[in-house]
Amino acid sequence: MTAARHDAADAGILAVRDLRILFPSRDGRDTVKAIDGMDFEVKVGETFGVIGESGSGKTTLGRALVSLLRPTYGQILHDGTDPATLGSRAFRQHRRDYQIIFQDPNAALNPRMTIIDSVVEPLEILREGDAASRRRRGIEMLERVGLAAEAADRYPHQLSGGQKQRVNIARVLTLRPKVIVCDEVVAALDVSIRGDVLNLFADLQREFGLTYVFITHDISVVSHISDRIAVTYLGKLMELGPAEDVVERPLHPYTRALLSSEPIPLPSHLRVDRRIILEGEIPSPVSPPSGCRFRTRCPSVQPRCAEDVPAWREVRPGHLVACHFATAEGPPADNQQARSAS
Amino acid sequence: MTDVTTTTVAYRPRRMRRFVRWFVSDIRGAISLTFLLLLAVISILAPWISPYDPVAQDVNAALAPMSAEHWLGADDLGRDTLSRLIYGGVASLYASFLAVAIAVLIGVPVGILAGYLGGWVDTMISRVIDSFLSFPAIVLAIAVTGALGIGLTNGMISVGIVFAPQLARLVRARTLVVRHELYVDAARCFGGSTGRILWRHVLPNAIQPVIVQVTLLLAAALLAEASLSFLGLGIQPPDPSWGAMLARAYQNMEIAPEQMYPPGLAILFTALAYNTLGESLRAALDPTMKRN
Repeated sequence: MTAARHDAADAGILAVRDLRILFPSRDGRDTVKAIDGMDFEVKVGETFGVIGESGSGKTTLGRALVSLLRPTYGQILHDGTDPATLGSRAFRQHRRDYQIIFQDPNAALNPRMTIIDSVVEPLEILREGDAASRRRRGIEMLERVGLAAEAADRYPHQLSGGQKQRVNIARVLTLRPKVIVCDEVVAALDVSIRGDVLNLFADLQREFGLTYVFITHDISVVSHISDRIAVTYLGKLMELGPAEDVVERPLHPYTRALLSSEPIPLPSHLRVDRRIILEGEIPSPVSPPSGCRFRTRCPSVQPRCAEDVPAWREVRPGHLVACHFATAEGPPADNQQARSAS
Repeated sequence: MTDVTTTTVAYRPRRMRRFVRWFVSDIRGAISLTFLLLLAVISILAPWISPYDPVAQDVNAALAPMSAEHWLGADDLGRDTLSRLIYGGVASLYASFLAVAIAVLIGVPVGILAGYLGGWVDTMISRVIDSFLSFPAIVLAIAVTGALGIGLTNGMISVGIVFAPQLARLVRARTLVVRHELYVDAARCFGGSTGRILWRHVLPNAIQPVIVQVTLLLAAALLAEASLSFLGLGIQPPDPSWGAMLARAYQNMEIAPEQMYPPGLAILFTALAYNTLGESLRAALDPTMKRN
């Protein structure tokens, strides 16, 4: 390895530099800014949680991380290499290390292929072994993720959602990837089996030394398994820090609102925290608000928020936030609270 | 299902056997298939089973009614109708399969490329398809036959070329849907080449409406063959085909109306069998429609 490459590896197995992804809007006149400037790095072996509402650009981010989408501006470095600079053959070889598991476990499986045919497809593309050995390895992998060998010759429509998601996991694992992007992987599953699948992800991470990028709208999912959490809003990062810190002591008013929206299994008079209701919908990514893009729904909004774009600042060690008024103590107080106190 | 573990594993799904078992349970499909197979066998055995030479004329038997000598009577030149029907079947089946094979070979790849590649390739192909579809099919087929030269084979190649845009448009529309499926994205992430993705994922999932359309086109090609032969652009006299026989019988309709029935019913039942078989195939080939 060259010195330059080594430095890059230190920087993280995934590095996102000033990422912008723009789409033409449906009528072609406007530009949808799905991702409008993001910078972060994912370290080897960690679980990097990404949370946000629908429309915050998190699925676009996931697809871009595994090169299914090309950045309009900026770069995504895979272990120091920009996959956009590789030739098509080298690129196909390279991208095997960066895999994605999708939200809809059913749509990710070809309905006309048996389970085993789907699972061994990556091996077939790699031209590894003969058909019999590939099949053996595929079945081992199916058993590893908790499926019986009988499932191998079934078709996707004969399995449940949870089983199908296990098939998707097994299929990706046959490639022995370095990074797996998990895009809302448990959102489509019954609550009763979410825990099982999440535990499976945790076990596999230890066993195979995986790095995860866990994308979800469900903060309870991400807080349990993440090492660090990034909070996205309308194509930008609002907050990024160690998972415990972000969940226990958030810095951004948006994060605080997201956390308070999580259901707590207590009767309302026993709850300590007041629930913060965000008003309205997430604004259109065609014309995001000026200044801070959360200001239209922020309970702590100030005149300055409409004028200046908040800087991306490190307020606590390793804990960054994009809010003018956040301090190491936490997010700014609500305007309403301030009013009632005075 | 998940708690059972076995080590013995069937090596390969016995798709063929399951397919056959399903097929037997489908009466309409079975009857259609049997009818078409019977027709194929009769066509192959034509030289041995036809009672007369299909082009031998016998003026004494002109427009003869059905009898022990001529089971289905004879045409205005005294040629045995049964023999001509058997030999005509050979020409008609050959003609319809040739036309549809050419339509599939041109239409499916063109449609898949247009749908998958998109952009200017798609725009160009779609314009060509649209301009083809703006002509009445038979008129276009006649024009193409004029360019290729008269005869059954050239005529059916023209029909195939004229049918191809229909299939291309159908396949393109399906491909536009399939290429955005997550399993296509997944295959791209595994490093699969475009060719592999088209062959393994796009084609099998885009081809289904084609199977049904093919059977409809077989029937349409059978009729196109009849039309072209009627106009003298298809099969050349004295060789028989069902279309040519029908045209001939039509001229003598007032004297011997029964002569129209053998070729007419042959065309009707064959077209019907194609369509019914198509329906059955569609159901049999779609794993999600299989009963458990």
